[in-house]
Amino acid sequence: MTAWTWLALAGAIAVALVVWAEVRHHAAAQAAGRRFLRHPTASLGVFILAFFVTLALAAPLVAPYDPTRQLDPVHLQNQPPSLRFLLGTDVYGRDVWSRLVYGARLSLGIGTLAMLVAVTVGAGVGALAGYFRHWLDAILMRGVDVGLAVPRIFVLLMAVALWERLPLAALVLLIGLTGWFVTSRLVRAEVLSLREREFVAAAQAVGAGPTRVILRHVLPNAAAPIIVSAALGIGNVILLEAGLSFLGIGVPSPLPSWGSMIHDGWQWIVAAPWTSGFPGLAIAFVVMALNAVGDGLRDALDPRDTLDPRKEGT
Amino acid sequence: MTAWLVRRLAAAIAIVFAVVTITFVLIHLAPGTPFGADEQHQQDPEVIARLVRQFGLDQPLPVQYVLYLRNLLRGELGQSFSQHRPVADAIADTIPPTLTLAGAALVVDFAIGLALGVYQAVRPRRFGDIVLGNVALFFHSLPTFWLGLVLLLVFGQWLHVFPVGGMRDPVLCPSVTSARCLGDVVWHLALPALTLGLVGAAGTARYQRAAMLEVVGEDYVRTARAKGLGERRVLLVHALRNALLPFITLIGLAFPFLLTGAVLVETVFAWPGMGRLSVGAIFQRDYPLVTGAALVATGAVVLGSVLADVLYAVADPRLRAPGGAT
Repeated sequence: MTAWTWLALAGAIAVALVVWAEVRHHAAAQAAGRRFLRHPTASLGVFILAFFVTLALAAPLVAPYDPTRQLDPVHLQNQPPSLRFLLGTDVYGRDVWSRLVYGARLSLGIGTLAMLVAVTVGAGVGALAGYFRHWLDAILMRGVDVGLAVPRIFVLLMAVALWERLPLAALVLLIGLTGWFVTSRLVRAEVLSLREREFVAAAQAVGAGPTRVILRHVLPNAAAPIIVSAALGIGNVILLEAGLSFLGIGVPSPLPSWGSMIHDGWQWIVAAPWTSGFPGLAIAFVVMALNAVGDGLRDALDPRDTLDPRKEGT
Repeated sequence: MTAWLVRRLAAAIAIVFAVVTITFVLIHLAPGTPFGADEQHQQDPEVIARLVRQFGLDQPLPVQYVLYLRNLLRGELGQSFSQHRPVADAIADTIPPTLTLAGAALVVDFAIGLALGVYQAVRPRRFGDIVLGNVALFFHSLPTFWLGLVLLLVFGQWLHVFPVGGMRDPVLCPSVTSARCLGDVVWHLALPALTLGLVGAAGTARYQRAAMLEVVGEDYVRTARAKGLGERRVLLVHALRNALLPFITLIGLAFPFLLTGAVLVETVFAWPGMGRLSVGAIFQRDYPLVTGAALVATGAVVLGSVLADVLYAVADPRLRAPGGAT
C-alpha cells in the first residue's frame, strides 16, 4: 500500500460518509424518509453500500496492485495481512485487498445487472397479468408457479452441465431470468387493485391505449413493491453468484469475484484463512446492507406490514 | 375440502409435468450430442453412431419426448455417464443423507428461530430486540457455504471438537450398526446442520417476530390479560398458538432453501448427499444425473408446498369452511 492508495481509501470512506449524511438529511425532511430512518440499520446500510460502490468505481485508485498479477509466487504466497498487503496475499501471491476491490465491481455489477433483468421481466409480466386478467393472467401466473417450483441453483447447474462454461453475460441473463417470479406476483397484486382506480378510468376515457396506461399510469404507482423487491433481490443474486463461483462454475477463475476468491482460498483455509475470510465478510456486509435498506424502503414506501418469505438464494 | 385437495394435487402434477417438458426442451436445445468429440476425447464415429442409436437420439423429437415421459413414469431417469449406473439408483443412494441433513437443519432452524422471534416480539424496539434483530439480519445475509467454512475452520481445525467432513468415520464405522456409530453420524452431522440451521433460523426469527407482534395486539390477548392470566401463559398459550399459523407456510418455503443450501453445504462438508452428487456430476459433464437431480428437487419443492397447504387447512378451521379455501 502506497501513500496514494491510503489516501484514496480515506477518500472512499469520506465519499461514503457524505452520501450517508446527505441521505439522512433528505430523509429526515419527509414522513416516508423518517420511517426509513426508524429502521435500526437502514442508514448504516446506506453507508456500507456507498462505501463499496465507491470502492468499485474507484478500483484502480484504491487497489495498489493488479488483481490478477501474481506478484511473487515463491516468496509472497499466503502472506498474512500487513501494512504492505492490507488483507494479505493468496496462494498465487496475489494481493487480496486489490482482488476484493476489483471483486466489488464484478459482484455488485452482476448483482445489479441480473436484478435489472429480473425486475424488468417481473414488472412486465406482473403488469400484463394484472391489467389484462382473464386467460393471459391465468397463463402467466401458471408459468410463475412452474418457475417457483424449480430451485434456482438446479436450473443453473443444469445450464452449466448442458452448455459447458457459461460466458459472463449468459450467467447474468440466466440469473436474472430465474429471479423474476416473486416480483411479478407482487406487481400483479398491486396492478389488480390499481386498474380499478379512477385515474386509470380517466386515462382510458381520454383514449389512452393499454401500453400508455400501463407504462405511464399503472406501473409508476406500483413502484414501491418493485423497488423493495429489487433491493432485496440484489442481495440474493450476490449470494447466488457467490455460491456458483464457489462451486467453480460461476465467474471464471483469474477474474476476481468475491465467490471465486473464496473458491481460490478454500483449499488453504487453514494456512491462510484471510484469503477466503475477507471476501466472505464483504459479501455478508453488502448483503446485510441491501437487506436493511430493502427493509427500510419497505417501511418507508409501503406502511402495510407485508411478511416477506425467506430468501431462496444461497 | 376433498375437492380442494384434488384440485391442489392436479395443479401440483401439472407443474411437475411442465418442468419435465421444459427440461426435455433444454436438453435438446443444448449444442451437440453428449457423445461428440472434443479436443481431449477423440471418438470413433462408428462408436458415436452406435451410442446415438442406443440412446434413441436418432428418433424424431416427439417420439423421444414420449419415450422420455414413459421412462419417467416408470421412475427411470436415464443412465448416468460418470457413475455407469441408472441415475435413479445414484440419486436414491444420496437421498437419505440429504434428508438427514435437511431434517436436522430444520430442527435447528425452527427451534432457534421460534425462540428468538418470540423473545424479540415480547420486547419490541428495545435494546435486546434491536441487537438480536441485527445479529439475525447478519446471519440471514451470510453465504451459507462461507459460514460452513468458518465453522469448519474454528470447530474442526482449531478446536478439534467436530470432524472436518464426511458422514461417518470410514474405518471405525463403515455403516451404522451400533449406537456408537449412530453417535458418530450425529457428531459428523453437527456442523453442517448448524450451518444450514443458523442461516435459516435468522430468517425464521424475523418472520416469527412479525407474526407474534401482529397477534400480541389482538383483542383476545387483551382479554386473556384482563382475566388475570400470567404473562407467560398469555404469551405462550394464547398468543403463540395463533402466531404459529403462518409458520406452516415456512415449512413449505423451507424446502427450496434447504435443497439449495444443501448443494453448497454438502460440498463444503463432503456430505454424501444429492447436492454434492449433482455438483460432482457437472464436472463430469454428466447431464442426465444433473437433470435427474433437478427433477427430484422440483418434486420435493412441489410436495413441500402441497404439504404446507394441507397442514394449513388442518390447522386453521376457517380455511376448511365452504368458500374459505383457495
